[in-house]
Amino acid sequence: MVETLSVRLARRFGDFALDAAFALPLSGITVVFGPSGCGKSTLLRGIAGLDREARGEVRLGGEIWLDSAARIFVPAHRRGAGLVFQDARLFDHLDVAGNLAFADRRSRGQGGGSGLDVDRDGVIAALDLAPLLPRRPARLSGGERQRVALGRALLSRPRLLLLDEPLSALDRARKIGILPRLAAVPERFGIPVVMVTHAIEEAVQLADRMVVLEGGRVIATGETIEVLARPEIYPLTGRFEAGVLIEARVEEHRPGDALTRLSVAGQELVMPMLEGLAPGQPVRLRIRARDVALALSPPRDSSIRNILRVAIVGIEAGDEGAFAELMLDLGGQRLRARITRASLRDLGLGPGMEVFALIKSVSFDRRWIAGNPAQS
Amino acid sequence: MPSLGPLWLSIQLAALTTLVLLLIGTPLALWLARSRARIVPVVEAVTALPLVLPPTVLGFYLLLLLSPDSVLGGFWLRLTGETLTFSFPGLVVASVFYSLPFMVQPLQAAFAAIGRGPVEAAQTLRAGPLDAFLSVTVPLAGRGFLTGAILSFAHTMGEFGVVLMVGGSIPGQTRVISIAIFEHVETLEYAQAHLLSAILLAFSFAVLVMVYALNGRWRIHG
Repeated sequence: MVETLSVRLARRFGDFALDAAFALPLSGITVVFGPSGCGKSTLLRGIAGLDREARGEVRLGGEIWLDSAARIFVPAHRRGAGLVFQDARLFDHLDVAGNLAFADRRSRGQGGGSGLDVDRDGVIAALDLAPLLPRRPARLSGGERQRVALGRALLSRPRLLLLDEPLSALDRARKIGILPRLAAVPERFGIPVVMVTHAIEEAVQLADRMVVLEGGRVIATGETIEVLARPEIYPLTGRFEAGVLIEARVEEHRPGDALTRLSVAGQELVMPMLEGLAPGQPVRLRIRARDVALALSPPRDSSIRNILRVAIVGIEAGDEGAFAELMLDLGGQRLRARITRASLRDLGLGPGMEVFALIKSVSFDRRWIAGNPAQS
Repeated sequence: MPSLGPLWLSIQLAALTTLVLLLIGTPLALWLARSRARIVPVVEAVTALPLVLPPTVLGFYLLLLLSPDSVLGGFWLRLTGETLTFSFPGLVVASVFYSLPFMVQPLQAAFAAIGRGPVEAAQTLRAGPLDAFLSVTVPLAGRGFLTGAILSFAHTMGEFGVVLMVGGSIPGQTRVISIAIFEHVETLEYAQAHLLSAILLAFSFAVLVMVYALNGRWRIHG
């Protein structure tokens, strides 16, 4: 059963004020995204029950965790919200096995939301913790600490798992090591995840749903694909550059050319071959605006193979700067193209025109390759 | 050969004082380390007063506090039929005040060094406040507890001025080792004074070696 997390939290520190409200169905992974200092961690602490000064309401399903008007404050240890801190916060006086046992002992008999059993051996296997069990936290690397912290939080059998920038202290290689394990948590253990991050790449790779925070306020909530297409969050995504996510389906593999053929809205895309994907499987693709060029007719003598018929639905072009952004409709999905203002003028492009989108590069969201077409 | 009664009495006094200090010093140190109340510095100063006050001043006020005319002394008199001044229980009360900073300061430092992080982590793992304190804070502050207990014990063992003010020198009641040494010297019994002094010196030295060795070992472990 999918429960709803509804949050309305207000908190002040000096001249910073968090005033955030949203309600989301809890399944899969929800990412709270925003720049540093926008109140993400404060929000998470309020949900976890670590901040007694927070005002407002927090409810999970029918349960009230906070209702400051009615003077209800359920303390953190009775909420059943697991929290993985940015700095892991392992207990230094216990070895890894002891850290896991700390959580395990105190949560026996607590079912996760979905009734799936979280067992010690399952968690150790899923996160590959077996070799670490006798080690002290002081002797673990940053990535190992976060894996142990994640395992420990899972073993507290929470109804909701909160992650506070769990990857921010890790280098790229370690991130890649832990991302797929994180992505698998909701399905493998039946525990919904709410993760805070300021890294848009993490949001794109993991999120089923997003809450976007800026200056202590929620500026967007909804399905990831839909949220990322909204212009108002565009300034926050920064160097990520107006990427869009589109959904496609695997059609067939062509081992001879080492290519995989996909279909998007009845049209065809080819990509370097993707091992392990069955035909018929849905995948999520990420296409950056700068990797999309436009043509009035389909070029016959180009090396670009991915050419899609699209309609222009909107144009964002200022009076300054070299570039303009076009929003394109692809069978109901949105695509963005970034072209020069000079091209925009010379080709005479305008809303409603049918044009051809030349896609130079497509990247995959690994999470979907891992086979989790998360149902939202 | 002098009587070893005073040595035994000092050990009893120090042990009991340390136990009482563990019970009242722990919550006090925890509060001092965690609270952001404006009164914190005032309480810290009061806790540290025994470090700087002459034992005569401390002893004088304790004498007033313990006297049968005061609230505490009167209560004790009604409860037990005996006065607190010039009695062993009175010495315990006096020693608790006298050695308070030696328990509270190492504990406060240990709690402050741990911070809120581990306790918050324990709370999100379904540990209630007492559970989190006993299973996380106490073991992490182990060095602070040991240091505080050893220093309180040793400091009480060496107590002299305050005892003289509130306890006098009643054999088996208030005649602790330092008082016995003083009296042996007064009566020119140097051999006895030598022996008791040597015992106290060796004990104090051993205790300090233990504290420093302990601190060294725990640092590596962390």
